[in-house]
Amino acid sequence: MTTPIPITPEIVAEHGLSLDEYARIQELLDRDPNLVELGIFSAMWSEHCSYKSSRPHLKTLPTEGPRVIQGPGENAGVMDIGDGLAAVFKIESHNHPSFIEPYQGAATGVGGIMRDIFTMGARPIASLNSLRFGDPEHEKTRYLLNGVVRGIADYGNCMGVPMVGGDIYFDACYNGNILVNAFCLGLAKADRIFLGSASGVGNALLYVGSKTGRDGIHGASMSSAEFDDSTEEKRPTVQVGDPFTEKLLLEACLEIMKEDWVVGVQDMGAAGLSSSSFEMAERAGLGMELDIDAVPRREEGMNAYEIMLSESQERMLFVVEKGKEEDALAIFRKWDLDVAVIGRVTDDGIFRAKENGVEVVSLPIETVVTGALKCDRPTQKPAYLAEMGTLDLSSHEVPADCGDALKQLLASPTIASKQFVYEQYDHMVRLNTLVVPGSDAAVLRVPETNKALALSVDCNPRYGYLDPYLGAQIAVAEACRNVVCSGAEPIGVTNCLNFGNPENPEIMWQFQEAVRGLGDLCRFLDIPVVSGNVSLYNETKGEAIYPTPTIAVVGLMEDLSLHCTQGFKQEGHVIALLGSNLEELGGSEYQKLFWNECRGKSPQLDPQTEFDVQKLCLDLIRKQWVQSAHDCSEGGLAVALAESCITGPKPVGATIELSGDLRTDALLFGESQSRIVISFPEDRLHEIEALAKTAGVPFSVLGWVGGQDFQIKINQKEFINQNILTLEDIWKNSLSHYGNRVTR
Amino acid sequence: MKCGIVVFPGSNCDHDCYHILKHILQLDTHWIWHKDEALNSFDFIVLPGGFSYGDYLRPGAIARFSPIMKSVIDYANQGGRVLGICNGFQILVESGLLPGVLMDNAGQRFICKNMTLRVENNDTPFTSQCKVGDVLQIPINHGQGRYFADNDTLKQMAKNDQVLFRYCDAEGNASDAANPNGSLDNIAGIANESKNVMGMMPHPERCADPLWQNIDGQLIFKSLIESSLAHT
Repeated sequence: MTTPIPITPEIVAEHGLSLDEYARIQELLDRDPNLVELGIFSAMWSEHCSYKSSRPHLKTLPTEGPRVIQGPGENAGVMDIGDGLAAVFKIESHNHPSFIEPYQGAATGVGGIMRDIFTMGARPIASLNSLRFGDPEHEKTRYLLNGVVRGIADYGNCMGVPMVGGDIYFDACYNGNILVNAFCLGLAKADRIFLGSASGVGNALLYVGSKTGRDGIHGASMSSAEFDDSTEEKRPTVQVGDPFTEKLLLEACLEIMKEDWVVGVQDMGAAGLSSSSFEMAERAGLGMELDIDAVPRREEGMNAYEIMLSESQERMLFVVEKGKEEDALAIFRKWDLDVAVIGRVTDDGIFRAKENGVEVVSLPIETVVTGALKCDRPTQKPAYLAEMGTLDLSSHEVPADCGDALKQLLASPTIASKQFVYEQYDHMVRLNTLVVPGSDAAVLRVPETNKALALSVDCNPRYGYLDPYLGAQIAVAEACRNVVCSGAEPIGVTNCLNFGNPENPEIMWQFQEAVRGLGDLCRFLDIPVVSGNVSLYNETKGEAIYPTPTIAVVGLMEDLSLHCTQGFKQEGHVIALLGSNLEELGGSEYQKLFWNECRGKSPQLDPQTEFDVQKLCLDLIRKQWVQSAHDCSEGGLAVALAESCITGPKPVGATIELSGDLRTDALLFGESQSRIVISFPEDRLHEIEALAKTAGVPFSVLGWVGGQDFQIKINQKEFINQNILTLEDIWKNSLSHYGNRVTR
Repeated sequence: MKCGIVVFPGSNCDHDCYHILKHILQLDTHWIWHKDEALNSFDFIVLPGGFSYGDYLRPGAIARFSPIMKSVIDYANQGGRVLGICNGFQILVESGLLPGVLMDNAGQRFICKNMTLRVENNDTPFTSQCKVGDVLQIPINHGQGRYFADNDTLKQMAKNDQVLFRYCDAEGNASDAANPNGSLDNIAGIANESKNVMGMMPHPERCADPLWQNIDGQLIFKSLIESSLAHT
């Protein structure tokens, strides 16, 4: 049964460990590990679980604030929102599995993040997802888009958690590595937060949820390496989701968490039973003994190695007070879940597992959890920046027909309405969705209060490619701006940092710069980062994705009736701009679409201007002086104005008169930051103008709402004149035409 | 007035129905667990939306065998009023309380969006507060809502005026363009012959809280309340 298999350098390499790391294991243990133990080290010391490359940088992020109940390090971040309630949220990646098997990869990504939320004692009330796909014309893109969306829909819809928003970008840099970042928000009583700690010697370890199968073994290690030609062969490492079991688990967990004898709980995510048990014991500074034979399993003949490393989904590890085992079992059985007492908390800091009465694992817990070699990975400014940093606008003509250019931008899958996608998601269940997908931010009422929470997720990878520091800052700024445009004040950030191979110093430099940008702007805006996730090795055959520090922001609205949306509400309303138009075309969708390049300077960001614009916008919404607010982002001012025309109660035209000496295309389609388009009744004009002046925010009247035509004149010359229903048709239907097209 | 909401393990619109009936309409509202076998005296019961047992085989196909459904069938056969919404409709069809079947949406995708419905018959306990021809705005949220029945069944249903709602455009035309899922004759909701059991794919509980402008869904629940009062 336990014939020891000698650990050879080949076996070490197969486990994704370096010989240095193996030597450290031998040194820490003062002996050779057996194969099961090596498997545990391999998972726990993988980049995915240990954060060995990223941790030194993440430490620099601001994580504290008066609302923070729980910062990074647990399953999710927790923030006080008053009324005795807490918002519990996190974003997490499921990139590698989703590329290998889009449906199950994305589905289990949704399942994983929801477990992170209800593990903390919170009921999930809303989800977002941030997706990145390759060039729309790439042969795999449509298949990946449809598979991912269906996976998210089938899992989230069954769970009864509304999927209320997100963002989707397409760029060739994701041809070999798509990104699926899933966000979930839950609500809990502020004084009933559950942590993943296994305290109390003698307390029982309860396994609950799906039976353990052979799926997902080495998932964590798979996500900690680049893709190559053998990627298809890794399909068996992708887990298979069962949302019905997860729904049972959700309801059962929330029911048992009403009891005061539940000590701690952790979801079995990456590295399954190994990570959950080791991490829980480590947090309590105690030990654990586990009976492998007691673990419910799907098939016969599974050994300790497989059981410790399986990443079967929908499983949780509970610690309950000694003597309460039967009470706990009864609750889980009511929900028809597999459940078993599989071990006990011990006092010696050692993790012991027995199989058939024989000890097969005996490892010092702290060594496994915190002993990974610290990686101070070298960084080097990428060589491409010198070449790509320049942009000679004089070599590019302004389009002859700006109306046609606008149509092409509205049809671009990155800019076009995502209705095709969000109509596949239940975005209404639980009756809290005040602002449905399609505006800058989703707004959720907080049940049984007069408050609401606003959610937005954002990251423009092209800015990050041209300047990772600015790219991360702009992601934070834009997600906050979206939340502000809905009438909420940003209170917390969660992030998902998606990068290439950290062993490449140029990638590590991108990572370091992005984290620095993220930290600097969050400190400036005084918004803490309360949770997050890092996904490295998003790279195929040496081609890395653009730096993609995805940022989700949660905002709080004290009075839910004061929420605002992006669409123009009424003919005759004045349209105005908060902020300044600059000549910035670097990294824009326009540049990519018409010049097929991504170069030059990223749009700049002045934190003080950003702060002032957001503060003024929030004031105007709270005073109920403005009837719409919309952030200017991809596609620039012209696209933002068109979107506001299309997304009101009824499509309506607008007459816009601009002036100045900017290049026409930069004025219309440039992506300068810190700009918000607002609309309001004419009799408010002087008050708003005066308030903007006091706030030191550039303010300009752009035109007015009305008619059926979308007209833009610059210095009295007409550049765009399009029927708004034509623009609506293009914007609303382009993505569905793309997704439904049949290819062979 | 006392009403019950059946909770299957995968129900997920049960809380929404509860909120509308209990908090908005102030009814004495009770949960009914799927493992229960007895039904107390209710004025009406609701089978809510969701994924009763995961819907892995066919929506509602497992739920019809659950302990509580025996009692629901008895209750319906004795004239008790049963409203099935979405997955509840699918369960009613699977358990034979309503005719026809619900198949995969014609577009092969899940659809969550607002729809407009035309009221076809207001002489029922579920529609008495509406007028025939009224256009209601009620959202749909399903992957398997394509109603189908054979010709004989359809004729029988027409004869008995069993079709209560059809998908239509804003002007009330039940056109192909207004049909979201390929349902036969745009059928969105039907009743049994004696009109005490109704199933509909759209979700009236999603447009019944006055926090939102549209409260068309209240018409269905208020009809049920009215008819229950008349009954007692």
